[in-house]
Amino acid sequence: MVKVTIDGIEVSVEPGTTILNAARQIGGDAVPPAMCYYSKLPGTGGKCRTCLVEVAAGSAADPRPLPKLVASCSTPVQDGMVVNNKTSERVHNNRGGVVEFLLANHPLDCPICDQAGECHLQDLGYEHGSAKTRYEEDRRTFDPIDIGNKIKLHMNRCILCYRCVFVANQLTDKRVHGVLHRGEHAEISTYIQEAVENDFSGNMIDVCPVGALTDRTFRFKSRVWFLKPMEAERSCTKCCGKAVVWMFGNEIYRVTARKDKYGEVEAIDQKTAWLCNDCRFEKKDASEWNILGPRVINRQSVIAQGKYATTIDKPVKRIG
Amino acid sequence: MNNRKLLLEHLEVPGIEGIDVYVKHGGYNTLEKALKKMSPEEVVEEVKKSGLRGRGGAGFPTGMKWSFLAKPEGIPRYLVCNADESEPGTFKDRFLMEKIPHLLVEAMVLSSYALGANTSYIYIRGEYMYLLEILEKAIQEAYAKGFLGKNIMGSGFDHDLVVTPGGGAYICGEETALLESLEGKRGNPRIKPPFPAVKGLWGCPTVVNNVETIAAVVSIVRDGGEAYAAIGIGKSTGTKLISACGNLVRPGVYEIELGMTVEEFIYGDDYCRGIANGKKLKACVPGGSSVPILPHYLVTKTAAGEDRLMTYESLADGGFKTGSMLGSGGFIVFDEDQCIVRNTWNFTRFYAHESCGQCSPCREGTGWMEKVLHRLETGKGQLHDIDLLADINKKIEGNTICPLGDAAAWPVAAAIHHFREEFEWHVTHPEEAQTRNYGLIQQPVVA
Repeated sequence: MVKVTIDGIEVSVEPGTTILNAARQIGGDAVPPAMCYYSKLPGTGGKCRTCLVEVAAGSAADPRPLPKLVASCSTPVQDGMVVNNKTSERVHNNRGGVVEFLLANHPLDCPICDQAGECHLQDLGYEHGSAKTRYEEDRRTFDPIDIGNKIKLHMNRCILCYRCVFVANQLTDKRVHGVLHRGEHAEISTYIQEAVENDFSGNMIDVCPVGALTDRTFRFKSRVWFLKPMEAERSCTKCCGKAVVWMFGNEIYRVTARKDKYGEVEAIDQKTAWLCNDCRFEKKDASEWNILGPRVINRQSVIAQGKYATTIDKPVKRIG
Repeated sequence: MNNRKLLLEHLEVPGIEGIDVYVKHGGYNTLEKALKKMSPEEVVEEVKKSGLRGRGGAGFPTGMKWSFLAKPEGIPRYLVCNADESEPGTFKDRFLMEKIPHLLVEAMVLSSYALGANTSYIYIRGEYMYLLEILEKAIQEAYAKGFLGKNIMGSGFDHDLVVTPGGGAYICGEETALLESLEGKRGNPRIKPPFPAVKGLWGCPTVVNNVETIAAVVSIVRDGGEAYAAIGIGKSTGTKLISACGNLVRPGVYEIELGMTVEEFIYGDDYCRGIANGKKLKACVPGGSSVPILPHYLVTKTAAGEDRLMTYESLADGGFKTGSMLGSGGFIVFDEDQCIVRNTWNFTRFYAHESCGQCSPCREGTGWMEKVLHRLETGKGQLHDIDLLADINKKIEGNTICPLGDAAAWPVAAAIHHFREEFEWHVTHPEEAQTRNYGLIQQPVVA
């Protein structure tokens, strides 16, 4: 085990653990935000740069600070490493810069975006963004495209985290989409508008941190915070069948995987509970699910505010 | 100063691109010497002694890079030559490969022997297709003469050399993007660690070196590392190819001994012979487009008033405040008629076009800077845009996966630092700026 100190809190972790995962073992404010890293998809991370942290001491053997901020999701810890996340002004400034870059070409169409309320970029903007943009140029724009009859791609909203590419690489039998072009013109797309048809392709909607990939069976049906998330299961031959169904009255509006507080699909019995497309898109009748009870949304996000918050920090002031 | 030529020694010999003439002038003798009389460790030792530093831009000591190479049993190792020379202003490798291709072939076999690599690759820039033919011909000649293939010159060392063209992306000059591209994937830089010395091409330990770096190994092994180290000053040893371009009387590729003064290089009769058309020097980018620009009063003298030398240290003297970098040796000279704002915009446009788009600061930042600079250049900018540019810069620098972000940020930061008045003049005199150049006004005059 190696010891690492993050924001003044010491933790012992397995050698080879990344700074971000060490911070997640501490939890709370010590955890840097991550837009592209996804612990269930090996190889992700390093791209969005929101998880940059300051390394004040490289290791016990060589306690010099690292000159640059490092991506905590892809930098392994060393014994005696001292990391500053929330406590570093430099991290705060540069993370604000990264958020500004991510928002530079983002359309800010939250009022009509299905992801609003559970969007990681909203959360990040809320915490690190500035109230006013300095970006006066025209934003790059793309037309929304259908990739298959179940998934809609709004490239304007994409932050190029590459998570969906990793889903296609690791969960489906063949990848038909990827990143075309480069630089500011880079876009997620299928080659010549091919449909993404695969039993597990719907998971790319769950991993998308923004509203770039949305569920065509749910689009514009409801704001997510009007729906009641319920834990449900059904026996499925393709996947684990453990899901969250989002209900309004007795009607199921959408089906998603069960996600943890970092927005990642949960592991159930040590296996990531990815959903197959049948469960996600076709089973919208409540009789097809065994509904277990309300789902706890354990995430600092708009969706968790008020209605779904399960822990009350302060006693509510009684009116009257 | 007598100027020894190590790389371009036989440049003027007719037919040196063919193997017969090359062998007649001592070609492949060094390879034979190494294979028959030296162990691989001894070759590495000579390179370490020579003090050779990477000629691609970063200037990392080559011997040290070679000694980092992991050597696990039963796993092949690779040497990859980075011939993806795409930095604006740099064209030295092209010259070397075009004129004396066998020097690179010999050096590749020699270096591979030192590193224990049985296969090596030359990754050549997509736009250099005609060089591909030249190199392939040289490689075939070398195979026919037994300098490549099985059991080279009876030494028991087998080696295959493959030359592969890229698709013409600047980013593929970054070593890990190059390896991705060589593997047939999209040329995105990899997240480090692991470094190529541990996990490189196809997951095997790999050394990636610039063309000129590898080519220098031949003269180092021939004359010994100490003889090479005797040339130059301090930690800048040996000779360096400089590709000089811009408003010079005689632009071109020159092999210089490190330690020559910048003044002699620009104005000397054997070199660039001064600024063309009797104009005055306005600014200089001494190491390819990604290094900070120097205003004329800091080109030949450092801020402390000492002579500026063509060495890694002297060009970097003063840090990024009053210095620059030797970089890849792409020496770009601007006369008084050139517009710094336009030039900065042009460089930034290049980086915005070449950013791979993988990490957010570079993808969004380079494009943003390009748009702001274009507004400034076309007279549509505002004064706060200059501060905005400086701030975007700081948010990109050091926060990206690979050095392309830094390379895009540095020239803009330096241009604003040294030529702020000119940027402001573009804002305050938008119409005049379209027809007339800012020139040398308000710059301190140096005799």
